[in-house]
Amino acid sequence: MKEAIFLDNAATTRTDPEVLKAMEPWFCEKYGSPATLYAPGSEAKQAIEAARQRLADLIGADAKEIYFTSGATESNNWAIKGTADALASTGRHIITNEAEHHSILMPCRFLEKKGWEVTYLPVDGDGLVDPEAVDGAIRDQTVLVTMVHGNHEIGTIQPIDEIGTVTREKKIPFHVNAAQSVGHIPVDVQGMNCDLLSLTAHKFYGPKGVGALYIRRGARITPLLHGGGQERKRRPGTHNVPGIVGLGKAAELARGRLDKEMERLTGLRDYIIDSIGNSMEDIRLNGHRSRRLPNNVNFSIEGIEGESIMLSLSYPTSADTKPIYVSTGSACVSGTLEPSHILLALGIPVELAHGSVRISLSQDNTREDADNAVKALVEVVERLRSMSPVYKRGSKQCASGSKSDGCDCEAAT
Amino acid sequence: MYSEKVMDHFQNPRNMGEVKDADGVGEVGNPQCGDVMRITIKVDDEERIEDVKFKTLGCGAAIATSSMVTEMAKGKTLGEAEDISKKSVADALGGLPPQKMHCSNLASDGLKKAIEDYRSRHTKG
Repeated sequence: MKEAIFLDNAATTRTDPEVLKAMEPWFCEKYGSPATLYAPGSEAKQAIEAARQRLADLIGADAKEIYFTSGATESNNWAIKGTADALASTGRHIITNEAEHHSILMPCRFLEKKGWEVTYLPVDGDGLVDPEAVDGAIRDQTVLVTMVHGNHEIGTIQPIDEIGTVTREKKIPFHVNAAQSVGHIPVDVQGMNCDLLSLTAHKFYGPKGVGALYIRRGARITPLLHGGGQERKRRPGTHNVPGIVGLGKAAELARGRLDKEMERLTGLRDYIIDSIGNSMEDIRLNGHRSRRLPNNVNFSIEGIEGESIMLSLSYPTSADTKPIYVSTGSACVSGTLEPSHILLALGIPVELAHGSVRISLSQDNTREDADNAVKALVEVVERLRSMSPVYKRGSKQCASGSKSDGCDCEAAT
Repeated sequence: MYSEKVMDHFQNPRNMGEVKDADGVGEVGNPQCGDVMRITIKVDDEERIEDVKFKTLGCGAAIATSSMVTEMAKGKTLGEAEDISKKSVADALGGLPPQKMHCSNLASDGLKKAIEDYRSRHTKG
């Protein structure tokens, strides 16, 4: 079996072997619950407190402000529903934006059904939210502003510090979903002026199924789950000790590597963006060119569809080509008839959203991987375009940026 | 997610391209849905499909069903070819994921349209 090139690291990353090593003893050797008082239990308790400190150090928080969860989806749900519940008597209005992750949008929709109002701010063509628009949307009834730090699909980094200045001035609780940014770019809860921040281990070389919510001291939030007294009575359930230890180790490694790795990946990202730009016509870079996560590349490719790009790269026909794993914003993989809502929020035509491909890098990826990926992508695009009944070279659809009407599949058949 | 047969037709599509001086052309789908198929046919004197080719914009299932339809239609009379259903295309491919039955399995419609186009050109000639 040929070695594959994994370029879907915004979906998840390979657990760092050092992280796995740190986790191992906590399965079969030291399996006591941290809630107990006998020796193995207190050992586990010490281990999770050490992990809490390491994570706090990574994001500029106090260890007492870190609450372990099952991942970013839980943290986001908790931040939104928990704040909404705790502050329901103050008001029932939340502000977010159109290009958020589903784990932000769905809790908001849930609250809308229960009578809350949600403002979904638009983003510009690069995916940026205007801090002044946040300011303008705040009402007396607003109880939460929630904004993503680095967008998982297009990589755009929001002006979180500026938004945090607005919310702090107006004394509105501010939640940041930093699932894609923690461990990859500096995240500092003080500079951000945020009250809540979500993160997850598996996006920065930790294990899946463990994350955290940072809750600033004094922030009012109702628990999402009810049960035992773990996590200062705010998040019950026996601790996922191996996972938490792994998260702590990943945080420690990230802190040591962040500056160098950020620089290296930014270089690799820009190399890929330039190489693709130089070797293909009728394409569009999605997301901001420079205010962008170091590991994210996202292009729309005219005249073809994303799932077929993804499949062609993962199942190469030539024996000496390595499988390459990427993702797409096409409707074909979303499980609905609609392509990615994030790409549509940028205002690009629907057909270009179908033809998107995301390449996301990790600490394991090299320049050679980048060269292989670009070469394979160019070949795949050429082949699929030769099959396409609609692709016409130089039709400049990518440059138009106009919104089109959308798919009416139901009516078409 | 896809059967081996779907992957085979996706990776090695049969009859890709356009028939020269086609007797019938059928185009279905919509780029905004992410699927467009264009079927071209050559029909012989006995009203059999002598040659058929496809061009498709779309996902793996869209390309595989297009390829399969051309394989199934070749050599058939127009009447037989019109009887090729979405289900028979999917069955011949060893099945399709349920969500792909709807939008990405339009190739048999494209073939029917090409036959219609042929008939409209050749009626009472």
